[in-house]
Amino acid sequence: MGKVIVVTSGKGGVGKTTSTAALGAALARTGSTVVVVDFDVGLRNLDLVMGAERRVVFDLINVVQGDAKLSQALIRDKRIETLYLLPASQTRDKDALTEDGVASVISNLRTKFDWVICDSPAGIERGATLAMRYADEAVIVANPEVSSVRDSDRMVGLINSKTMKAELGEGMMKHLLITRFDPERASRGEMLNIRDVLEILSIPLLGIIPESEEVLRASNLGAPMTICGRNSAPSRAYFDAARRLAGEEVEMTIPTDRKSLFTKLFWRRAA
Amino acid sequence: MRLFRFLRPKSSAPVARERLQILLEYERNLVNQTNLIAVLREEILAVVGRHVTIDPDKVQIRVDRSAELSIIAVGIQIPNETRMTAAAPA
Repeated sequence: MGKVIVVTSGKGGVGKTTSTAALGAALARTGSTVVVVDFDVGLRNLDLVMGAERRVVFDLINVVQGDAKLSQALIRDKRIETLYLLPASQTRDKDALTEDGVASVISNLRTKFDWVICDSPAGIERGATLAMRYADEAVIVANPEVSSVRDSDRMVGLINSKTMKAELGEGMMKHLLITRFDPERASRGEMLNIRDVLEILSIPLLGIIPESEEVLRASNLGAPMTICGRNSAPSRAYFDAARRLAGEEVEMTIPTDRKSLFTKLFWRRAA
Repeated sequence: MRLFRFLRPKSSAPVARERLQILLEYERNLVNQTNLIAVLREEILAVVGRHVTIDPDKVQIRVDRSAELSIIAVGIQIPNETRMTAAAPA
């Protein structure tokens, strides 16, 4: 049985889709079978970030409503053969997602893949609550910035009350993924540092993705971060995060493109 | 002292941190409070409903918090034709 992960944040534009694609590709690289599922009905973008926008025929809604088989809607990645995409519908709206429909698609995917990674839409509406509803674990993506941290806290509340795990009284494991982090600005006191964010949110840290030009480059090219710029700082950070997600113990570092002493000094202080 | 102000780093992060801590403490209480109201509402409805016919939409529960004490105000509208009985439920 595969593990279902929801990638969520509340706030938009913090890197949910980028992180879903990067973590998915990194996990698939290890030979595990992975499907990344876009829950952003009406505003899909995971297909673009994965570089599969021209190969979408059927989507999640078609499968939920029984108009297409799951196997017809799944798109196999051209670079990593164990990586698949289940796109969202671009023309329908989120009300087309039903709770029973999502439950059956997720349980079906769970039997076929080692990892089911659900890319949640921003906000706290139907799409977002359904994306987290049947998950086993949550990855909360946050920027070191006040509105993102506040929204993350709100998502923690929702995960603790509106998910299947919460209703069964099991509690859902949550991981914090901090993206767009700039160690130099944080060390100058211009940006919340990792310790602050961890203290405020009190969720275990999955990884720190440094701010980098490489992220835009990857999305321009339609390749997940962990496929395209494999040696770049954010890519290495995503690989580490994926290993931690899979249960490995990996030392927490902030990879950097420039070897800066500044960063090392800062990290020692914060750890 | 002002002369040396330019030497100090302009730290806005501690401000962000403090604002978030205060705000989130307040917001987390707010969420817990809404849960408390929902639970109270359900249980009060069940108890009162055993003796009096009530319309669930006409029950109001409010929690007023102040520094020294908090007040839980419960308002239940009962239509005049309803007969109130003190008898224990069968």
